[in-house]
Amino acid sequence: MNSNFLRNDMVLMAVFTLVVLTMPIWLAPIGAGYPDLLQKIAIYGIFAIGFNILFGLTGYLSFGHAAFLGVGSYAAVWTFKLFSMNVVPAILFGVIVAGLFALFIGYVSLRRSGIYFSILTLAFAQMSYNLAYSVLTPITNGETGLQLSQGDARVLDHALGIAQSGLPTPSFFGMEILGWSGFYVCAVALIIAFFFALRIFRSPFGMALKAIKSNQNRMNYTGFNTRPYTLAAFVVSGMYAGLAGSLLAVTDPLAGAERMQWTASGEVVLMTILGGAGTLLGPLLGAGIIKYFENIFSAYNERVLHDVFSGLPNGLEQIVVSFTSLFVGEGWQLTLGMLFMLVVIFLPGGVMEGFRRLTKLFRRDGPQSPAGAAQPAE
Amino acid sequence: MNDIVLHVADVDKSFGGLRALSNIDLQIEEGKTHAIIGPNGAGKSTLLNVCVGRIVPDSGAVIFNGKALTGRQPHEINQLGVARVFQTPEIFPDLSLLHNVMIPAFAKRDGAFTFNAWSGLVRESGIRAEAESVLEDIGLIEKKDLEAASLSRGDKRRLELAMGLVQHPRLLLLDEPTAGMSRHDTNRTIDLLKKIKERGMTKVIIEHDMHVVFSLADRISVLAQGRIIAEGTPEEVRNDPKVKEAYLGEAQ
Amino acid sequence: MDAFVLQLLNGLDKGGAYALIALGLTLVFGTLGVVNFAHGALFMLGAFCAVTMQKLLTLSVKVKDPGVTFFDAYKEIPYLEVWFGDTGKAVIDYAVPLSILLAIPVMLLIGLVMERGLIRFFYKRSHAEQILVTFGLAIVLQEIVKTAFGANPIPTGAPDAVAGSAAIGEWLGLGAAVVYPWWRLIYLAFSLAIIAGVFSFLQFTTYGMVVRAGMQDRETVGLLGINIQRRFTVVFGVAAVVAGLAGVMYTPILPPDYHMGMEFLVLSFVVVVVGGMGSLPGAVFAGFLLGVLQSFASMTQVKDILPGIDQIIIYLVAVVILLVRPRGLMGRRGVMES
Repeated sequence: MNSNFLRNDMVLMAVFTLVVLTMPIWLAPIGAGYPDLLQKIAIYGIFAIGFNILFGLTGYLSFGHAAFLGVGSYAAVWTFKLFSMNVVPAILFGVIVAGLFALFIGYVSLRRSGIYFSILTLAFAQMSYNLAYSVLTPITNGETGLQLSQGDARVLDHALGIAQSGLPTPSFFGMEILGWSGFYVCAVALIIAFFFALRIFRSPFGMALKAIKSNQNRMNYTGFNTRPYTLAAFVVSGMYAGLAGSLLAVTDPLAGAERMQWTASGEVVLMTILGGAGTLLGPLLGAGIIKYFENIFSAYNERVLHDVFSGLPNGLEQIVVSFTSLFVGEGWQLTLGMLFMLVVIFLPGGVMEGFRRLTKLFRRDGPQSPAGAAQPAE
Repeated sequence: MNDIVLHVADVDKSFGGLRALSNIDLQIEEGKTHAIIGPNGAGKSTLLNVCVGRIVPDSGAVIFNGKALTGRQPHEINQLGVARVFQTPEIFPDLSLLHNVMIPAFAKRDGAFTFNAWSGLVRESGIRAEAESVLEDIGLIEKKDLEAASLSRGDKRRLELAMGLVQHPRLLLLDEPTAGMSRHDTNRTIDLLKKIKERGMTKVIIEHDMHVVFSLADRISVLAQGRIIAEGTPEEVRNDPKVKEAYLGEAQ
Repeated sequence: MDAFVLQLLNGLDKGGAYALIALGLTLVFGTLGVVNFAHGALFMLGAFCAVTMQKLLTLSVKVKDPGVTFFDAYKEIPYLEVWFGDTGKAVIDYAVPLSILLAIPVMLLIGLVMERGLIRFFYKRSHAEQILVTFGLAIVLQEIVKTAFGANPIPTGAPDAVAGSAAIGEWLGLGAAVVYPWWRLIYLAFSLAIIAGVFSFLQFTTYGMVVRAGMQDRETVGLLGINIQRRFTVVFGVAAVVAGLAGVMYTPILPPDYHMGMEFLVLSFVVVVVGGMGSLPGAVFAGFLLGVLQSFASMTQVKDILPGIDQIIIYLVAVVILLVRPRGLMGRRGVMES
């Protein structure tokens, strides 16, 4: 708490920018140096950072945030279809529509707290999901998913005389979003999103949100009307989800309802918890870890495992391979579930809490744990 | 006679069949410290809760500065200038002491809701200085960066008092401000409350400790079985036979 | 009128399943104070008890098929049939009801292990953490089942004797058009019987009385020197058995797959909240109510007016109830209000 606090944040921002932009280099040695995976990490990082603004700061556990992700995707794809293949309007539109949707759902759901809030958000997300599959098919294209087609209007592109042959690709003022350019668009979005989150964390508004998590009743008697605060946090985190959703559409222009399913909502909760709810970097870390291992683990199959364990004696090798094969490939979900349990049981503060414990271990007489340490609350 | 800051007018409240408050009529003068005493279960806490909107009375009204408080939300009542210090410490356990005190200062300056997500806390040197000076007064300044959860119970109560004071409310409601404190801390708190009195803050204190009551109060109301049985200066109350019977006698 | 009765019945058997799951959820919540997101997985495990039973009973031996004379053909005949002939055949036919015998000890064991091994460490932790850890457990359980039994639904038939439909229309004097599958009727009766069983257990046994007292005021009962903890552990086991039996009997209605538990969990949680957190009669009533509402919402006449209503009716009702009656239909004051 002193004057070089600001300077520290600027350093943090600079380091963060550098680290994100050089991800293709330093993640290459562990087999993650390709755009498909890296942009997924960036996109889900944005999703988790936004979710953390609600859950990590206010303690309200939403089980329906995937709905905003899905809505953002649909809105972005529709912008591609109707107006332009330029990504800027698509992203803007995705964020705004998701924000409006979050405003509505948040306004209703935040009338309750605790588990009732969780159930309300879950109910809304399930309704959106079910409707996207049924009556809203004209908008969502049901099970097939919403896709681009050659016959789309693209009013702006036509007006500007932008030529297109075959199925167009999203572009950033002429630059096609394909491969690495896709990653860099997501990376820039991630850096901006992180910067906003940092500002929120360091603002009086962010402090008020933390105080709501700590003791909401006291906030009311202190003169705060807490509902607009939680609603603002809800809408902001919904807009983050919308940004993530529209980026998914930017990197691969189609949108399907499965993005809104409640298991997808559960995934972002897991990312946030795994990294450390209420911390700045934790959610991004959680998203990175999960997406990375999902990618690696899903790719393993029995043959690969036989190669890995070929050094072992024959009988033992067979046992080890059949045991590990339960957890990789198709079994990735099982690993995910176990990870979920282990984190909640042993490390409720997530990876960031683990770091903190480690540094404490090395610096015995280090400072007291800083106020506002992450602890998932009701 | 000074202006009346708070007027509790003919308030009745029953819980189930139990009459918690009956016909309470109370006027709190500007700048005065008004103590409410009475045996356990006399309805003191209920009365305080009626004042801050936590309990809605069956009939009657609470008027603060010419505005009715009944039916208003707790945050609205605070924004009108009524701050409350609770009996069990109500603080923000996960935040630092400094932030605990800065939050009510923000509520006072910015109102019930401001979306100030863009301005940095570091730039709020005014609010910080205010919070630090109150922490100084209360004797917790050297602990300002600790997590509030780590404080002793007595310190938590003093922290809460600081949270009330930083708002410079027109009326401060204190629910047993020294309960659970050591003799030393109690005396410090009394000194502090005397100091605020000189600044002209109006206070209502509910208290068991007669030492505290008689060192601070300008006026005392005695509550027994939901009724006010006596009211007056400390001297008058001390000599009132009814009070002796209902309360002081019991204590002896 | 015919259609009305039919939809009512259609809703009631589904409602029975909701009610049974919600009953267990509420019991666990009311006694242990734990929000158990793995409760749906217990329902699913119950269903797979029936699948296992059927597999066990139909363990087969390959014998030469005497009916084919052109070449050596083999067919699989269950051992039971080889050993006991028609009696064996009949036993296989009754695989689902027989699985109840397997499901009771198995589910009780699973419940007790779950409570002792995991849940008890979460009594004092926040509801959010309880939700998260049991959610993780639910994923683990369903993935294990997926590995063991595959991802596809496994058909498990009802006994032939009750495979057809009951001429319920004739009984009620509504005309022969109204028929209703026997097994669904049995399911309805079965769920009512289990509900009655649980309620009488709580109402008429001293054990149940202690549990009920504990649901009201845990601390006081603990002060009386009663080991409330052990009883609550048993309650968890009972809830697991109830969910498991609901699953066993549901298999002929819906071929079980590994993720059926999650689907039912989400709905049952909505049921619990609508009924009122912590209220057993509320859970049962809301279970049947929502089952019936869902059934009516899927009538074409209704869908013509409100397209898509069948997809969202349950959630919509939940939203409305939570906003209008925060404590649910029969919720008690002070439960889960923070």
